[in-house]
Amino acid sequence: MYYIELVWEYMKNYMKSRLTYRADFWVEVISDLMFQFTNLIFIFVVFRHTNSLGGWSESEIVFVYGYFMIPYGLFSCFVNLWGFSERYITKGEMDRIMTRPAHSLFQILLENLDPPALMGSLIGTIIMIVSGVQLGIHIEWWHIPALLIMVVSSVLIYTGIYTALTSISFYSDAPTGILPLMYNLQAYGRYPVTIYNRFIQILLTWIMPFAFVGVYPASLFLQREDMTRMALVTPLMGIAIFAVGLTCWNMGVRKYRGAGS
Amino acid sequence: MNVSSMFSAYLDFIRIRFLTMLAYRVNYYSGIAIYTLNIGVYYFTWQAIYGGQGQLGGFTVAQMTTYVAVSWMARAFYFNNLDREIAADVRDGSIAIQFIRPYNYVVVKMMQGLGEGLFRFMLFMIPGMVIALLLFPIKLPTSGTSWAVFLVMLFLSFLINSQLNIITGLMAFFVENIDGMIRMKRAVVDLFSGLIIPISFLPLWLQSTMKVLPFQAITYLPSSVFTGRIQGTTTWNVLGIQLLWLVILLIPIVLLYRKARTRLFVQGG
Repeated sequence: MYYIELVWEYMKNYMKSRLTYRADFWVEVISDLMFQFTNLIFIFVVFRHTNSLGGWSESEIVFVYGYFMIPYGLFSCFVNLWGFSERYITKGEMDRIMTRPAHSLFQILLENLDPPALMGSLIGTIIMIVSGVQLGIHIEWWHIPALLIMVVSSVLIYTGIYTALTSISFYSDAPTGILPLMYNLQAYGRYPVTIYNRFIQILLTWIMPFAFVGVYPASLFLQREDMTRMALVTPLMGIAIFAVGLTCWNMGVRKYRGAGS
Repeated sequence: MNVSSMFSAYLDFIRIRFLTMLAYRVNYYSGIAIYTLNIGVYYFTWQAIYGGQGQLGGFTVAQMTTYVAVSWMARAFYFNNLDREIAADVRDGSIAIQFIRPYNYVVVKMMQGLGEGLFRFMLFMIPGMVIALLLFPIKLPTSGTSWAVFLVMLFLSFLINSQLNIITGLMAFFVENIDGMIRMKRAVVDLFSGLIIPISFLPLWLQSTMKVLPFQAITYLPSSVFTGRIQGTTTWNVLGIQLLWLVILLIPIVLLYRKARTRLFVQGG
């Protein structure tokens, strides 16, 4: 209950500070969408030269992309850890966080909310519907709860991975960090992982499980039986990866000694 | 300050950044792994796209493999975060101090970029290239001229990319929250520079649009020369396009910088 109240208070604060920079909100929404749009261009261009990518049609790949946008938008809104190392470790703001009673990760996430990112989830839903119609998918009653569970699981996986990686900042004070380097990696789970070799498949499935934020859960709705089993594993992976992320974080916090000066 | 001491001050910025990067080199070992992985992913993706077709967009599968590897490794060198750094300076107000110092802020940023580039070239691009060569069927040119031209073009890619980063960074003076713009710029550069998809794959109308934009000068042109798709006298034209953009992009930088100096107001100050 206490945590829900906190969310509300932070949201109010966010709105107040954002209203000062109203034009910015739209700059951010538009640039976010442009960013997503460039990824779609890749798909459209590639399919001008081929009919199938490892046995998947254009509509199917676009459908997977639409699915991906939903958890990605939610993740970007609620889990914005870019610049954590700079702001909280190098500049020592972590000290301030530690003096407060709420869980440190929770506070940091709330301080960095990014609601414009939710627009991506909305567009993703539309893309999913449009390509779903093209593919002639019939919506069944279980699709809605299944989609909800899959999306939540995917968000948990994303959160787990990024929390774990951000925790490295507690041990090494490198200014750039490893996060920007992950930036491209996350895109690869949006394509049928079967086109890659064994090593990359295992990496995207079990080590950096970005395939669970794209092709696996989406395949459930596409009725691609080759991946149904993996789709059903998604919720388990979500819980497991989130637990790993949180554990790494808590260990990191215990290790934290404050900025040097 | 006289000219020569000014010059050596700027050189120091290169040296300092190089040494700073060196201190954080552990980051770049993981960077090499991730870039190799990027090459791998695109290698397999293109294999799936070709799926037995001999030639697409003027590339054979073999040429595409080399193109992908060279383009990613070029990015390992030319990539930098000057945009984010400038935006951060503006946001936390330290830009005010930078402006009253006896140097040109933009030149300093460029020098720091050079220091970073030097580091990336030696400890990121070259070792990465060696690993990629071992893992993937890449065919590098044998003639010394190709290598020399490529290195020159690569350096120009670096300058042009840094210029675009500086322009984006300077926009922080005019837009309060610039993160979205920076992210968008990065995506646009990756896509339209030809890194993700060679320009010859785009629909014709988009190809002709790209011809009048600077992005192709960052990846597509140098990589095309290096993979031997552009040869002979055309090489000089391509080099000319890069030089032209280098000059043209100075204009918005100068204008933005001037405007920014008169406009500066520091948030929360």
